Amino acid sequence: MNARLIWRKSLNVTMLSLTGLCALLTVSALFFILGYLMWNGGKDLSWNFFTRLPAPVGEVGGGMANAIVGSLKLLLLAALIGVPIGLLGGVYLAEFGGRTVPFLVRYTADLLNGVPSIVIGIFAYALVVMPMHHFSTLAGGFALGIMVIPTVLRNTENFLRDVPSSLREGSFALGANKWRMIATVVLPAASRGILTGVLLALARVAGETAPLIFTAFGNRYWSPGWMQPTSSLPVIIYTYATGPYEDWHRQAWAAGLVLLGLVLVTNILVRTFLSGGTSFERS
Amino acid sequence: MATTPNAAAPADLTWSPRALLRRMRGADEIAHLITFVAAATLLLITVLLVYQLWVLSAEARTKFGWGFFVTKIWDPVAGDFGALPFIYGTLVTSAVALVIAVPLGVGGAIFLAELAPPKLSSSLTFVSDLLAAVPSVIYGLLGVFLLVPIMRTTVQPALKATLGFLPLFQGPAYGIGFLTAGIVLAVMIVPFVLSVSREVLLAVARDQREAALALGATKWESTWKVVVPAARIGIFGSVFLALARALGETMAVTMVVGNNPRIAASLFSPGYSIAAVLANEFSEATGNLYLSALIELGLVLFLLTFVLNGLARILIVVTTARGSGVLPT
Repeated sequence: MNARLIWRKSLNVTMLSLTGLCALLTVSALFFILGYLMWNGGKDLSWNFFTRLPAPVGEVGGGMANAIVGSLKLLLLAALIGVPIGLLGGVYLAEFGGRTVPFLVRYTADLLNGVPSIVIGIFAYALVVMPMHHFSTLAGGFALGIMVIPTVLRNTENFLRDVPSSLREGSFALGANKWRMIATVVLPAASRGILTGVLLALARVAGETAPLIFTAFGNRYWSPGWMQPTSSLPVIIYTYATGPYEDWHRQAWAAGLVLLGLVLVTNILVRTFLSGGTSFERS
Repeated sequence: MATTPNAAAPADLTWSPRALLRRMRGADEIAHLITFVAAATLLLITVLLVYQLWVLSAEARTKFGWGFFVTKIWDPVAGDFGALPFIYGTLVTSAVALVIAVPLGVGGAIFLAELAPPKLSSSLTFVSDLLAAVPSVIYGLLGVFLLVPIMRTTVQPALKATLGFLPLFQGPAYGIGFLTAGIVLAVMIVPFVLSVSREVLLAVARDQREAALALGATKWESTWKVVVPAARIGIFGSVFLALARALGETMAVTMVVGNNPRIAASLFSPGYSIAAVLANEFSEATGNLYLSALIELGLVLFLLTFVLNGLARILIVVTTARGSGVLPT
């Protein structure tokens, strides 16, 4: 009997410490990744990296200014395409919808959110690249924009639903009609949460490579306007990491550090300052 | 919702333009229509996505039929296209990823939900969420330059020496291959298993734990025999969700899987996956049949993740009764 008790207690301690180890291993992966990138990429970050064009293939030196600008242009397009549709759609679900349409939209949004990004790339290829007959910034931004929609939509809906109904009633009681109530009372009350969703969605697509490979393609020079192929940080990391030159590999590490830094800093700032400060409890 | 008195049900929207115009008296109707159009755009995009995949893969579908899925040859020059090596590679790498990630994620979730003090639990969950935000090309970068050499010089020889009698761990150690891709995928999906499982475990009623403890169970026994079984369905949901992620993951796999369309029992063998072949060959596919075969692969990938995600959502909703508020975005 006593032996049984000892066995049970030691099993208890062993298994519980094992679960702790699992948690520790998982979270330490992030610090390891960050540390390794800093160690490998940090020394190659220089002023040139941010301001110069890539050197001719095979030559040492050069920078990634065009990739950084390209990524920003793609993100701007993604925001212009994805945010209005997501935001307004979310307002529809939370404030106007009945039963069937919102259910359908909600389910489809979750489905679209789970579609592999490379398939979204095929879609953008079929819809934008094929009619235009060439790769373009527009096609890349379109692909990323589609990936932004479901996240922003679902997030907006959730935060609008969390706005207390007393606020809506109060504004009706003052004689506002519905769109006024939404625009001046409900949306401002939920604005921090909605902004959180938008920024996190953009941070996520900022690191996407797969949908850009055959939409925005790549470019070793500046990409004028919106109709030409453009370089972008994630794609150039992929190209350089799988390329044959030692100097490319070093630049891939540096670019990886920049990309990871941008994504993590956005995530940390948004999650601690914006979502922590909402005026009402998330249910 | 129930408290908004003049909410117009969409059923009232008749689709004859004249009736629609008559209803456009106030700004409310215009706002209703604009937001409805935005929501409908999402539906339209999804329908269009399925339609495009279906239509553009027509040539390959009619030419190869169901044989596409059981053909091992992928020869763009000769015009022979079979999906089997890619489907095989996708399933094998995802299976390896699950074998590693599920114990790690569920174990970690048990720690966060049952043992860790709330403050520690929420900060560790925060870190795990950040891990989920790391772009996949970064994992690929670390895979190529850090993991592949370690696999080649240390891990694969060690596995061969100890478990080499299994067909899984035989053959030359290249470093790249199914096993390496599976390990990278595992790190990428652990955060999903962890955070969803944690939510599901936290949703189990407190009474259940207390009842088990009051009967003299140890903390581990109450967790393993009461709480985990109660949350079982939701944990399955988190696994399906992670699996759907792993199947569609592109860049990290492309960079370490070896990109060689072959079917081998050994996990050390280089292989290929659906997403990887799309990333590598799509932009340089010449000829309609080649492109159409690749798009059919995209369709297969879409359907696989579609079914898995649907299943995952149902399972998670059933256990938490809170819907996809739980799901990571």
